[in-house]
Amino acid sequence: MTKQEIAEKIIPFFVEEFEIDESLIVPDANLRDTLQLDSLDFVDLVVVIESNFGFKVKQGDFQNISTFDDFYNYVETRINAPEEPNAN
Amino acid sequence: MLNRVVITGIGIYSSIGKDLSETADSLYKGKSGIILDPERKKYGYRSGLTGFVESPNLKGILDRRSRIMLPEQGEFAYMSTAEALRVAGIDQDFLDSHDVGILFGNDSSAEPVIAANDLIREKGDTIMVGSGSVFQTMNSTVTMNLSTIFRLKGVNFTISAACASGSHSIGLGFLFIKHGYQDCIICGGAQEINIYSMGNFDALGAFSIREDEPHKASRPFDKDRDGLVPSGGAATVILESMEHALKRGATILGEVIGYGFSSNGSHISNPTIEGPQKALEMALKQSGIKAAEIDYVNAHATSTPAGDASEARALSNVLGGSRPFISSTKSMTGHECWMAGASEIVYSMLMMKHGFIAPNINFDTPDDDSALLNITPITVEKDIDVFLSNSFGFGGTNSTLIVRKWKSN
Repeated sequence: MTKQEIAEKIIPFFVEEFEIDESLIVPDANLRDTLQLDSLDFVDLVVVIESNFGFKVKQGDFQNISTFDDFYNYVETRINAPEEPNAN
Repeated sequence: MLNRVVITGIGIYSSIGKDLSETADSLYKGKSGIILDPERKKYGYRSGLTGFVESPNLKGILDRRSRIMLPEQGEFAYMSTAEALRVAGIDQDFLDSHDVGILFGNDSSAEPVIAANDLIREKGDTIMVGSGSVFQTMNSTVTMNLSTIFRLKGVNFTISAACASGSHSIGLGFLFIKHGYQDCIICGGAQEINIYSMGNFDALGAFSIREDEPHKASRPFDKDRDGLVPSGGAATVILESMEHALKRGATILGEVIGYGFSSNGSHISNPTIEGPQKALEMALKQSGIKAAEIDYVNAHATSTPAGDASEARALSNVLGGSRPFISSTKSMTGHECWMAGASEIVYSMLMMKHGFIAPNINFDTPDDDSALLNITPITVEKDIDVFLSNSFGFGGTNSTLIVRKWKSN
C-alpha cells in the first residue's frame, strides 16, 4: 500500500470519526492540532488504525508523529514491515 | 433556618412523549407507549412487551467527545435535562457562574457493558472498545456525563436504588437544599430500554405476557393484571431554594413539601405493606398537611399482582377515608424503573399545571385491595393543589414525595 492509498483510505475515517473538515487534512498539517486530539482521542486513533490497517500500535509509536505526512509514513512502514504480524 | 425547596424546571423524554407538550397530551388522552418487540422474543425473552422510546439524534447538538461517552439513557437524560433547564430559564452562563449540582437516579448500563465485552472477546484486545466505553458502562454514567456537558460545579453523584432511584434523587436534592448545602440541583432519573437491559428481570416471570394487546398489558390495580411492562427514557426536575428562585426571578412551578423513605427489612423482591406505609407516614408528617389535603396520588403500582395489592393496602391505611384520586401512569408508560420516580413527578406536575388527573387506563375490574381506593380509569378535570408520588424498589427501598402547587402570595 502506497502513502497515497493510505491517505485515501484513512482520510474519510478521520473526517467521520473526528468530525473535521476534509480540507484541513493536508500532509504538512499537525495531526494532533487538526484532529483536536486529547489523551482519550489517542485511544480512538489506535482503534481507527487497527480497524483499517490491521496492525497493533505500540506504546510510544506516536511520539515521532507530528504531521499527517509523518502518520502516513508510519503506517506505510508498519504495513510493509515483515516482522510485524497483522492483527486478527 | 431551613429552606423551602421549589421546582422551577421539568423535562421529559419518554415512551408517551419526547417533550412536555407531547407528554401532557398523551397523559390527558390516556395514550399507551407500549409495543411488542419481536427482537425480544428472538433473543429469548418470555415477554416481548416494552415501552418504545426513540433515540435522539444528538449529532450537531453535542460534540463527538460528548456523544461517544453517552449510553442511550444518557442521551435520554441529556434531552430531558436540556428541556428542564430551558423551562427553568437557566442557561450556560448561569451554570458557569453558580454551583449547580446534579443528583440523578440510574441503576444499570447493560448495553455498553455487553457490547464492550463482546468486542474484547472477539478482538482479544481491550483497546478496541475505544475511549468512550468506560464512561458509558458505569452506573454513574448519567451524572458524570451531564456534569461534564453542562460544566456543573455543585454536588455530583448518582443514586442507585432500583425502581425508587429517581424518586430518591429528588428526595436527596430536597434535603441538600432544605438544609442549605446547595441552592440549585438538577435531579432526575434515567432508564435504558435496549434489549440487553431487561433480560434478567424478564427471567423472574414478572413481565406481562398479554402480547396480543400491548396497550392493555400494563393494567395496575386491575383484577386481571399479569405483570409489569418494562419501559424507559429520562426525566429531569430542577430544584432550588425558594429564596434562590425568587432572587433570580424564576417561575416557580411547585414546592416539594415532603420526602419519606424506609426499607422493608424483608424479602429482596416481595413487597410489604409496612415499609411503604412508613415512607408515606414520614412524608405526610414532614409536609405538615393532613391526608385530606392530598388531591391526587400517583401510585407506584407497576401492574404486578403482589406489588399493587400491598401498595393499595398501604395507601388505604394512611389516607383512609379521604379517598383522593389515584392513578398509576405506568398503565400508559409501562414501568420506567430507575427513571420512574422522577418521571412520575413530571407527569404529576403536568397534571397540576393543566388541571386534570391522568387515567389509570385498563383499570376495568377492581380486586379486593384496589376496591379500597378511588382509582380513576378515565381522565378527570380537576385542579390539583397537592399530589403525592410513591416509588418502591428491589431490596425494599421506599420513597414518597409530596408536592404542592406554588402560589405566589
